[in-house]
Amino acid sequence: MTKISVTVNGTAQTHEVEPRQLLVYYLREKLGLTGTHIGCDTSSCGACTVHMDGMAVKSCSILAVQADGCEITTIEGLAKGDQLHPVQEGFKECHGLQCGFCTPGMIMSATDLLQNNPDPTEEDIRHALEGNICRCTGYHNIVRSIQWAAEKMKTSARALDGAPVSTSPVYASVNLNQQQQV
Amino acid sequence: MSTNYIGQSVKRLEDKRFITGKGRYTDDIKLPGMTYASFVRSPYAHARVNSIDTSAAKDMPGVVAIFTGDDIASAGIVGVPTGWQVNFKNGDTMKEPPHPLLVPTGSTVKHIGDPVAVIIADSREAAFDASELVEVDWEELPAVVSALKATEEGAPQVHPDAPGNLAFDWEIGNPIDEVNEAIEQSAHVTTLEFVNQRLVPNAIEPRAYIGHYDEVSDKYTLYTSTQNPHLIRLLMCAFVLGIPEHKVRVLGPDVGGGFGSKIYHYTEEALVTWASKQIRRPIKWTETRSEAFMLDAHGRDHISKAEMGFDADGNIKALRIKTYANLGAYLSTFAPAVPTYLHGTLLQGLYTTPKIHLELSAVFTNTVAVDAYRGAGRPEATYLLERLIDLAALEMDRDPIQLRKQNFIPSFDGVEQPGYQTQVALQYDSGNYHGVLDRAVEMLGYEEFRRLQQESSRNGKLIGVGLSTYIEACGIAPSAVVGALGARAGLYESAQVRVQPTGKVSVYTGSHSHGQGHVTTFAQVVADKLGIAMEDIDIIHGDSDAVAFGMGTYGSRSLAVGGSAIVKSIEKVLEKGAKIAAHKLECSADDLEYAEGKWTVKGTDKSISFGDVALTAYVPHVYPQGLEPGLDFSSFYDPANFTYPFGCHIAVVEVDKETGKVKLKRFIAVDDVGNVINPMIVDGQIHGGLAQGIGQALLEEAIYDENGQLTNGSYMDYAMPRADDLPMFEIERQVTPCPHNPLGVKGAGEAGCIGSTPAVVNAVINALWSGGHKVKDIRMPLTSERVWRAMQSSNSTITQS
Repeated sequence: MTKISVTVNGTAQTHEVEPRQLLVYYLREKLGLTGTHIGCDTSSCGACTVHMDGMAVKSCSILAVQADGCEITTIEGLAKGDQLHPVQEGFKECHGLQCGFCTPGMIMSATDLLQNNPDPTEEDIRHALEGNICRCTGYHNIVRSIQWAAEKMKTSARALDGAPVSTSPVYASVNLNQQQQV
Repeated sequence: MSTNYIGQSVKRLEDKRFITGKGRYTDDIKLPGMTYASFVRSPYAHARVNSIDTSAAKDMPGVVAIFTGDDIASAGIVGVPTGWQVNFKNGDTMKEPPHPLLVPTGSTVKHIGDPVAVIIADSREAAFDASELVEVDWEELPAVVSALKATEEGAPQVHPDAPGNLAFDWEIGNPIDEVNEAIEQSAHVTTLEFVNQRLVPNAIEPRAYIGHYDEVSDKYTLYTSTQNPHLIRLLMCAFVLGIPEHKVRVLGPDVGGGFGSKIYHYTEEALVTWASKQIRRPIKWTETRSEAFMLDAHGRDHISKAEMGFDADGNIKALRIKTYANLGAYLSTFAPAVPTYLHGTLLQGLYTTPKIHLELSAVFTNTVAVDAYRGAGRPEATYLLERLIDLAALEMDRDPIQLRKQNFIPSFDGVEQPGYQTQVALQYDSGNYHGVLDRAVEMLGYEEFRRLQQESSRNGKLIGVGLSTYIEACGIAPSAVVGALGARAGLYESAQVRVQPTGKVSVYTGSHSHGQGHVTTFAQVVADKLGIAMEDIDIIHGDSDAVAFGMGTYGSRSLAVGGSAIVKSIEKVLEKGAKIAAHKLECSADDLEYAEGKWTVKGTDKSISFGDVALTAYVPHVYPQGLEPGLDFSSFYDPANFTYPFGCHIAVVEVDKETGKVKLKRFIAVDDVGNVINPMIVDGQIHGGLAQGIGQALLEEAIYDENGQLTNGSYMDYAMPRADDLPMFEIERQVTPCPHNPLGVKGAGEAGCIGSTPAVVNAVINALWSGGHKVKDIRMPLTSERVWRAMQSSNSTITQS
């Protein structure tokens, strides 16, 4: 057993873990953070995506011991109290989830994308989601959810700068279909 | 307060827990004293189990118990049953060999992953480590994986009592002599040999079960990632374990997708339930993705020869099909129904074809069971029809739109005009097939359609456009009809509407949501009908102790059947409520009208609210004489017919001339799923279906090698659509209400998956023809290699790469 110290969702944790224990099992079983899911055993589906020191990583391909000294954010730590992260809001507003199983990983990947690219094109979003599989939505509404969140984050940023804030688009009126013409 | 909820894109009530990581799937549940199971599984597709040595495993730290097939057999447990019986053409009962929970020594394993022992330990890791130490003496036997090869003389036998590996043969349609004659008299016959390849459903949540026997109450609890908790309880109690149903509670908590694969009663469900009593501790088993590929029922896997005959004017005169359906090694819960009553009965399509005949051989092989996967039989039927008619248009040099339209069944509403009686047993409820086709073509532009069809190439890319139309039978199903067809259960649904004394409403439904958003859609129906706020309604499902009974969710049935059961109970609530209201308002119930959550005496302003009536029902001091207190009604709804959604899909593709790579550029879908309660949720269902149908056309196939090894059993090897494989979908709806259920709904879960596959393949074939490569067919999935090879041989032989 090896002793590790990690900060998870802002709380310092110290535990003895088996050297072979994957980070995802540490989060789920030791800390009870079951929002991070396991969908495959080949690091392909992205359901286990969390942030490690601010970067999206697949927690099924990282050993818990590798997270020693790191800061981890899971889906449970993304909202600030009752205030959802704009990406979480976007998924609800645009019906970006159905069964919800891939959703935490999708949201963690999308927040990582928007941190690095606040104004992504549809192509950027689809490319950024290559490591996350959804079997329910056909990705259409996931792309729209992330576009919605990007818009909301830009609007919020403008509001902080004192610029006028537009109202949030809703499902019925939002039209972000960027149809590709051949 | 407006309570017109039906037809509104209400945001989902269930979303908050999922987007904050608070969903509760089976693997998230931890019970005190819980143990973990790991299975010892066959590495061979076919092998005799000579002996099993568990002694080293037993000595491992943390191991609680080990069971083998011999333990299960000596407990008198035979195996899991199938839920549908189909007879041979000669009337003999189908072959139904046992499907043991663990294969005993002396017997044979029949597909890779077939289990022979289970290790139960204090931790997941300990169970897995110990399972590696179990020594099995396997005697490998020859295996067969193709349905066609399995029927050949001298093929390895999967089950000794199923000669020729035939589970059953079957036919449907007009007498074969009449169909043969119509084909012979046809001016043109289009012939194709098809492989509708084997698919893996791939719900992202792997199956997970927790069995828990409680000694104090002498009750079992099974948590299971299922689409139908009551069905699992019935099958497991009555047919597998022989334990009384009232001593078993089955819970289906949050379930991470199903697509058919979580309908069936799997051996592991029964095993963890049974074993938890042996060890007096809860047992959890969560499959790995590798196990999911090997064990979860697969879909499709048909090999067909199909011929469509036309007269000189292009009218379809006959359809003749011979299909080999691979059912895998064991008969899964619905397996016999899929290639028969969900496939053969859909061969009328949208066309007036006067003579139709399907002959079917349903075959055992050394592969995992094949059962209903999204669409189930209907995609296979649609694929045959829509590929044939599109190829016929190319061969006869006719416009594929016009050729379809001239053969369409004329519009009928099922009310003024009767339903349409097909040649293959069904009566369609209502339809306007020209409407969806015209609208889909309009969305692309007819001139654009023809221009794209004829355009040969641009920038080294071949451009192609293809369409398909489809009809499906869903809203499954009238019990008497399916009973006559071999179903061993009814296919009604139950609903209880319990009005609480304060006027809040708890609704218990036998439908089960695993992504479909029932909690929102059903609450919209109830809020709209009762004229109360959605916040005052709770939808409860997935618990066999809470819900009276249920047949679950599959076959696009939840709203059409489950929703109708809810409406029936609401009607009973309102009928009794009117009696109470009349008593309180001192009038006759006939003088009352109900709207916006209150009963009003017609023509007056005298009224009483729903909440006041509810309170009166539970505090019956001033109350109609002889009327029982309470306001709580259950209903069972058994549909009068299937429902028949239909639609038209158009795909625009770009094929790289150098590499054969297909890029889907646009996808248009116009679907008619009847009335719509929540357009946002229905859009989502269509999107998801489209992605899976497109996945079949371009990417997906489960590949067993000739020894029965699954060669692509992981997400690294099995190609599913990812975000950058798909465009934004352009979807619209037409509404032709279902005439025989109270909501007028038809069902939307499978539509996208049924229509999209042939549209994409037709588009690729069109691209190749316009580039001078007159290939009749390319076997799905249309990988770059297959398309490239097809382009290299521009003759008109069938490409079967």
